[in-house]
Amino acid sequence: MTHPSDTGPAPVLALKDISKSFGAVRALRGVSLELFPGEVHALAGENGAGKSTLIKTLAGVHRPDSGQVLLDGEPVVFHGPGDARDAGIAVIYQEPTLFPDLSIAENIFMGRQPRRALGRIDHKATHTATAALMQRLGVDLDPDRPARGLSIADQQIVEIAKALSFDARVLIMDEPTAALTGSEVARLFGVVRTLREQGAAVLFISHRLEEIFEICRRVTTLRDGAWIASEPVEGMTEDDLVRRMVGRDLDELYPKQDVEPGEVALSVRRLTREGVFTDVSFEVRCGEIVGLAGLVGAGRTEVARAVFGIDRWDAGEVEVQGHRLTNGAPSTAMAAGLALVPEDRRAQGLVMDMSIERNIGLTGLRTTVKAGLMDRGAERSRSLDWAVKLQVKYARIADTVNTLSGGNQQKVVLAKWLATGPKVLIVDEPTRGIDVGTKAEVHRLLSQLAADGVAVLMISSDLPEVLGMADRVLVMHEGRLTAEIPRSEATEETVMAAATGRAAA
Amino acid sequence: MTVTAPTPAPATEVSKSSGTRLVDRVFKMRELAILVVFLVMIAITQAGNSQFLSEQGIKDLLLNATILVLVATGQSLVVITRNVDLSVGSTLGITAYAAGTYLNGGGNPVVAIALAVLLGIGVGLLNGLLVSLGQVPALVVTLGTMYIIRGVDSIWVGSSQITAADLPGGFVDFGSGGISAVPYLALIALAVLIATAYYLKHFGSGRELYALGSNPEAARLAGIPVRKRTLVAYTFCGALAGLAGAMYLARFGNVDSGTGTGYELTVVSAVVVGGVVFTGGSGSVYGAALGALLLTSINGVLPALGVSSVWVLAINGILLLLAIAVDRVVALRVASALKKRNARHA
Ligand SMILES: Nc1ncnc2c1ncn2[C@@H]1O[C@H](COP(=O)(O)OP(=O)(O)OP(=O)(O)O)[C@@H](O)[C@H]1O
Ligand SMILES: [Mg+2]
Repeated sequence: MTHPSDTGPAPVLALKDISKSFGAVRALRGVSLELFPGEVHALAGENGAGKSTLIKTLAGVHRPDSGQVLLDGEPVVFHGPGDARDAGIAVIYQEPTLFPDLSIAENIFMGRQPRRALGRIDHKATHTATAALMQRLGVDLDPDRPARGLSIADQQIVEIAKALSFDARVLIMDEPTAALTGSEVARLFGVVRTLREQGAAVLFISHRLEEIFEICRRVTTLRDGAWIASEPVEGMTEDDLVRRMVGRDLDELYPKQDVEPGEVALSVRRLTREGVFTDVSFEVRCGEIVGLAGLVGAGRTEVARAVFGIDRWDAGEVEVQGHRLTNGAPSTAMAAGLALVPEDRRAQGLVMDMSIERNIGLTGLRTTVKAGLMDRGAERSRSLDWAVKLQVKYARIADTVNTLSGGNQQKVVLAKWLATGPKVLIVDEPTRGIDVGTKAEVHRLLSQLAADGVAVLMISSDLPEVLGMADRVLVMHEGRLTAEIPRSEATEETVMAAATGRAAA
Repeated sequence: MTVTAPTPAPATEVSKSSGTRLVDRVFKMRELAILVVFLVMIAITQAGNSQFLSEQGIKDLLLNATILVLVATGQSLVVITRNVDLSVGSTLGITAYAAGTYLNGGGNPVVAIALAVLLGIGVGLLNGLLVSLGQVPALVVTLGTMYIIRGVDSIWVGSSQITAADLPGGFVDFGSGGISAVPYLALIALAVLIATAYYLKHFGSGRELYALGSNPEAARLAGIPVRKRTLVAYTFCGALAGLAGAMYLARFGNVDSGTGTGYELTVVSAVVVGGVVFTGGSGSVYGAALGALLLTSINGVLPALGVSSVWVLAINGILLLLAIAVDRVVALRVASALKKRNARHA
């Protein structure tokens, strides 16, 4: 453990002995951190460890209860996010914060649009600059389309573009890669390396440990709001890092049980939604975990949504345990024993200002209603049960979901759907933003469900997860299923080749 | 329409402009639809009653619409920020009376107008402060100020009233005069409308109003001065309500303690019919102005067709529901179109 200030120049931004509480929850307890120019610094810790809170303190969103923020060695007080921005700090928050009604270009430059004479906005320059940013990130998003309806990954990309759009001295990224797949992450890292060479300081959060080892020079670990260590990444192993985060050794990350597949539980035949996906056929058997891989935008989420009945399909059919599902009717899908854990927890998974208890209880309304009235006691015990099983970290089960950390919100979404006791479970990015410890827990849970005879379809952008958990891997490329790879043959190369269309021919 | 292939595919001009067009088209369509309904209605009425589009007929139509257009323009700004101002009717009433009283005492018309606008600004500031500082919904706050102002107005005015005879002749002439069929008042309203639209589109603070209504939390994180912008929107709305009060006085010459009662609901209807979405973040003042024009012309059209005016309110209501239904359908259409364009292949 080297002392941070041994290294070269003075820190651009530093936190000294910061504490922050929300009511009884002590989110940060005397945390210190130094960010140097030209370094990518990782912030690691379990869900609820206080990473996002720390970032919001740096960004002027939260005012620390005690301690100091130092900019170029001078104490500063940020009265709001605007102050931090003016000081050259760009922040990508964990949850995308876009204006759905405004165009991508306006989203990126809101508050600091290029100006013409008399302070008027230069719309053309805004457009051009946005297009250039998209080029740099290697994506082809239309700068003039509204942000409404963008996938989580694309929202993430707009957030990244926003942060890059001003020449920040400090770039703070709270899980920017959580929804991205390999090639987008590679793009992002390319950009981050360039910024680093130009002397920017970068603070990076990710629950994908391999990313930390790939791009970061030092790592600061938090546990339960307390500072544990700040140390160089070089020479550390993933196990070392996990031990720092969790405080103990971790069980196996991919505890896949071997299960003899039973009969077909979910059967999708020639499913087509025009312009979105075409001719998708596959089966999932009881006891099987089938991975669905592909690049962002390949149509994986869209297939899941159509199967569940959220979007209509134009041709084809879906059967759950021999029952044909009605097109566009989630309620019949649910009745047939299908459950879908959606990718966008804020928009589709949770009622943000309802309690944890009620959120988990929502899907069980039918079973917890007695004589037309809600049985609150039954709801509570059921919710508690699942909250404990998934190790949701909360102060009180009656707290609203928006006070939870991002990863814990994800656990509530999972609990909500697992509580329905599904026969077929479709999970879309089930471990997005979940820490390693809980990731292993979620994997064990999925594996256990499969062993109990549930058919699981797992969409994931986390390739090691797909390889570690799936009995079979389906790969989509540009709206079509391009490959079906059995567990024994699935490797990073074979899956990526199919996902990028190289093997499709 | 993103391509995440290792080599960035050059974005084709076609896909770019088609994106712009889709969005533009929807908004233009919305305004165009109102315009078409309006024109059809006028045409039918003219066919049934050839007196309808006489010079005086057009002038009346425009004069009646002018005041509503002004107030609706101000209201749009507030609605765009995901708020509402229910006090505009009361504000119009009290500012009209204030300007009238001042003129009755031998005051200068220009000063009278300035007085009305200043009074409106005062009310707007009050609303804006209450809404942006207190954590109380705008609906409740402005409902409160609406009653307070009406109450003050009633005490002040009592059973007296201002009539055209109390006002300087020039002021009244200005209120009803114009360049052939186009009233001066309509020209003023048009100038205000164009300036507001230009501001909303081309100035950073104007765009921030949209951002604010679209996602307040994100606006805060983007460093937008949320309170200040809210305050500005309300102040502007109050100012226009005040200006409308002065115009009301010039146009009708007749003000009592009941002037402008219930007007706020007409204004909100006009704004919503005009496509300014009640949940904030989208819509244009041109749309709101067209909505105002449509609603006022119905008032004029029905009598011209010999239909009892008792139907006016019902028809306004139907239009309102229709507008909301159309918005909903259009929103769904756009959403699914955007979804399809998300899939990065076609
Ligand atoms: N606004 C809030 N009100 C109450 N409690 C909060 C609030 N924000 C955060 N917390 C609590 O503070 C703790 C730290 O949360 P934080 O979001 O910083 O965690 P995190 O390290 O970012 O976790 P994750 O990896 O899941 O994103 C959590 O226990 C959380 O419930
Ligand atoms: Mg977080």
